Amino acid sequence: MSHTTSGDGPRQSSLQAPLARVRGAGSAKQGTHHWWMQRVSSIALLPLTIWFIVSLATSAGMTHAEAVAWIGQPFNAVLLLALIALTFQHTASGLQVVIEDYTHNEWAKIALLLLNKGVCWLLGIAAALAVLRIAV
Amino acid sequence: MSSMKDSREATMIGRRSDGTQVRRPLSPHLQVYDMLQMSSALSISHRITGSIWAVGTAVMVWWLVAAASGPSAFGAVQWFLGSFLGVLFLMGLTAAAWYHTLAGIRHLVWDAGWGYDIPTMYKTGRAVLIGTAALTALTWLMLLISW
Repeated sequence: MSHTTSGDGPRQSSLQAPLARVRGAGSAKQGTHHWWMQRVSSIALLPLTIWFIVSLATSAGMTHAEAVAWIGQPFNAVLLLALIALTFQHTASGLQVVIEDYTHNEWAKIALLLLNKGVCWLLGIAAALAVLRIAV
Repeated sequence: MSSMKDSREATMIGRRSDGTQVRRPLSPHLQVYDMLQMSSALSISHRITGSIWAVGTAVMVWWLVAAASGPSAFGAVQWFLGSFLGVLFLMGLTAAAWYHTLAGIRHLVWDAGWGYDIPTMYKTGRAVLIGTAALTALTWLMLLISW
């Protein structure tokens, strides 16, 4: 193949077709989706988490009645549900990357990835159910 | 390239612009970095504090579920969180949470394309450490005043 100096196309010095080059070089299913969702959830979690920490830190030693009243307020319940959903989305995707990077045995990795997803989903559902039971 | 022993090797195969194959290093390569360097130390700390926070989310779930269950279950959480071990755990969690938050903001700033040069990187790194100490102290000041 001759190298062209005119035109906008990239220089190609290999006879291989572009498809043949990338074949077997790994998944191209979702691209940057996972990375991007981590940023999106992190931006949403910034105000939500600071609101939650400040709310709890300024009312330490709440009685049960006070805690139920606070969780039950619609404004707080909505923000809590958002916080729970985003926290476990962000936690699951963050721990997933840590597992992928440091687990070398393929089966152990798959088992840990599934365990991570399962635990995050169950904890998230349990927390959401608790908020809904109090607020609804 | 013969057979792959680790599926991650697939992500390490790249092509130079002239088409020849190159094996790219995997990014969190703990063995090759000097952990006394601020850049590497803060980087791995972001992961560690994120993992600590993941444990902390379980306490949030416990607290919410206990509140929904009733006064006796809620009393048990409040007792644990107010105990010596609980306070120690919460203090560590607060510091880890603030570190992960501030280092996360630093990452978002990098994602926006700013702050990659070494002097700025050291400056923002120090700011994260000082900010973590200050905000952790402030959180506990708020907590102790309201307690």
